[in-house]
Amino acid sequence: MTEIKEKLSQKQDKKSKTLTGAQILIQSLLKEGVNQVFGYPGGAVLNIYDELYKCDEMKHFLVRHEQAAVHAAEGFARTTGKPGVAIVTSGPGACNTVTGIANAYYDGYPIIVFTGQVASHLIGNDAFQESDVVGITSSCCKHNYLVNSVEDLPRIIKEAFHIATTGKPGPVVIDLPKDILVAKTEFNYPKKVNITGYNPNCIGHPLQISKALDAIYKAEKPVFMIGGGIIASESYKDFFDLAKTLNIPVVNTLMGIGAFPASDELALGLVGMHGTYPSNMTVANCDLLVAIGCRFSDRVTGNLAKFCKDAAVIHVDIDPCSISKNVKVDIPIVGDAKRVIQDLLKTINPTDLAEKQDKRQQWLAQISEWKKAVVKVAPESDKIAPQVAIEAVYNLTKAKDPIITTEVGQHQMWTALMYKFEQPRRIVTSGGLGTMGFGFPSAVGAQVANPDKLVINIAGDGSIQMNIQELATCVQYNLPVKVFVMNNGYLGMVRQWQEKLFNKNYSETEITGPDYVKLAEAYGATGIRVTKEEEIEPAVKKAMEIDGPVFVDFIVDSFEAVFPWVLAGEPINNVLLGKDD
Amino acid sequence: MRHTLSVLVQNESGVLTKISGLFSGRGFNIESLTVAPTQEDKISRLTIVTNGDEKVIEQISKQLNRLINVIKVLDVTAGQSIDRELILIKIAALKPDDRSEILRIAEIFDADIVDVSSKTYTLEVMGDEIKIKSLIELLRPMGIKEMVRSGKVAILREMQTLSV
Repeated sequence: MTEIKEKLSQKQDKKSKTLTGAQILIQSLLKEGVNQVFGYPGGAVLNIYDELYKCDEMKHFLVRHEQAAVHAAEGFARTTGKPGVAIVTSGPGACNTVTGIANAYYDGYPIIVFTGQVASHLIGNDAFQESDVVGITSSCCKHNYLVNSVEDLPRIIKEAFHIATTGKPGPVVIDLPKDILVAKTEFNYPKKVNITGYNPNCIGHPLQISKALDAIYKAEKPVFMIGGGIIASESYKDFFDLAKTLNIPVVNTLMGIGAFPASDELALGLVGMHGTYPSNMTVANCDLLVAIGCRFSDRVTGNLAKFCKDAAVIHVDIDPCSISKNVKVDIPIVGDAKRVIQDLLKTINPTDLAEKQDKRQQWLAQISEWKKAVVKVAPESDKIAPQVAIEAVYNLTKAKDPIITTEVGQHQMWTALMYKFEQPRRIVTSGGLGTMGFGFPSAVGAQVANPDKLVINIAGDGSIQMNIQELATCVQYNLPVKVFVMNNGYLGMVRQWQEKLFNKNYSETEITGPDYVKLAEAYGATGIRVTKEEEIEPAVKKAMEIDGPVFVDFIVDSFEAVFPWVLAGEPINNVLLGKDD
Repeated sequence: MRHTLSVLVQNESGVLTKISGLFSGRGFNIESLTVAPTQEDKISRLTIVTNGDEKVIEQISKQLNRLINVIKVLDVTAGQSIDRELILIKIAALKPDDRSEILRIAEIFDADIVDVSSKTYTLEVMGDEIKIKSLIELLRPMGIKEMVRSGKVAILREMQTLSV
């Protein structure tokens, strides 16, 4: 009798497309165009993993730590523009994702994180591997959901993808109690979303646009400051036209690297604490700052009270919260960078544009003078200077148009300064949160998303040890990520501050590590060591030739410091160019 | 300066956590907060009394609006609204003089005496901020044993409404 009943219910299931929560999850992801996910299984998500096992269209990459799954998803998102997806179990699995979620939130990249949860009836009972995921992640994600009923699941997934990818993109977390994954319902993936409280304003107000253009016409010393918003809105081509038409120099934030080609004569490079001399001087002396898709982080502004205090500020951003949060804005434009830039381009009047061209020539001439400032490299040993190594890596790899990921610290800033990025989505680096250990797992995600591209993780010997376990992931899936470790035996950035501000008390910044060559070999990858300058070229070339993950251990000078350098709390024109400054 | 914000939210679990988390996480103050459902099933209304300069209040409104579950935020401080608060206050009433004084104050403030014992009176009073404040000050000398305030609720005047 029961058998007949079961068969009958199975028949009905087929007819009305009744699926379990776990099946709905996989089917919804496929509907969203996702077929690669990063994750780590566990008790609460066994049902999802069972469906993954049966689903050939969905490829899962097993990382070695849940934090890495989220960073990999972000690496995927940053290099493709499409949302990255991570799946982890409840409790510790979910807790381990927090740094990754916060990182994506700060830098504004779309990821969806599915966390397992104990069964609904156990929530709140301190059950095994229970954690309050919604509570823990609320302050570091764009939105989160605890799924209360399987009927809600398709709508929630649809909303999550919408929220993650629109407005200022960001991470969305979906917490899935175990019983929801087993419960069945009819599966209909919604075609539209309707979220009453969420409707990002994309079109800049026409009055503000014309006000902005008037200010631009009248300015004698204007400058553009661009951030990750140009990349998120895919408006780099439009922005290039705008900057060239107006003939206004461009500085970029760390997130804005690649949004404007670094080789262009108008490009001045990074601005802020380790910004280039011309960038910082241009911003400090401008009479009009046109900021697009950036949020005036303290690393960009330096001393806020002295930042652009005599200049007018135009700020274009999709997130109203960014506007006048740190820097007082004269002409705010809330909108999608792409739409606003296109509207600016449409509204430009060539006759008005010609008005101030003489004054502009003086301004550009002044900037050319600033461009002549030279940073002093003074290695204190006969070891390779790390800047030299990174510049060599750039010269040897640029022809391949690689994707570069970085960790956080000196090597990151040198990469930002030395590597000339001509294209967007080629650098993956942690800006807002400054997460050491981000670079390697994000390289995993970047390589998965771009199997034919050269993906390089430029790392320090401190940062790489924070997620070094991902070498196993690279080996398991033969992801040919090249890791270039700038090994100086110190937590170099902190050491640099201690040298300058704490009387060379190198408190806990001297750090040891494994033999990276042996370590790489132990994992089944290739290791190469570089100790002399002449070894750089053959090592980098060899690394690129090997079809598999490679660690290159660059033994570099311990006491080099990143310059230009603006000390915290100083105005950004107080630029130090070397240790003697 | 003190501001009263009316906030419409989707009545879902975790909304209040997100709002209170936003205030603590960003260093904003909450003086009082009330929350209850509106005439519409799935929508709740919060009244938040907070303080800060113009820039801070602007950020609070923007940050609240940024939360997905928040539908609308309106600053109802500027005299366009009526606000009320309920207070339950238990006063020591041992001496006959105090007992009659409390009754006189209760009459003036149009308060209900909701509980009485040989040693206490408990008053229920509703009113705007000034009324509640002066009541508390008048009763303080007798000895306030316990005080519970509902926090402020506010509604817009005339034809204006805050709705979806």
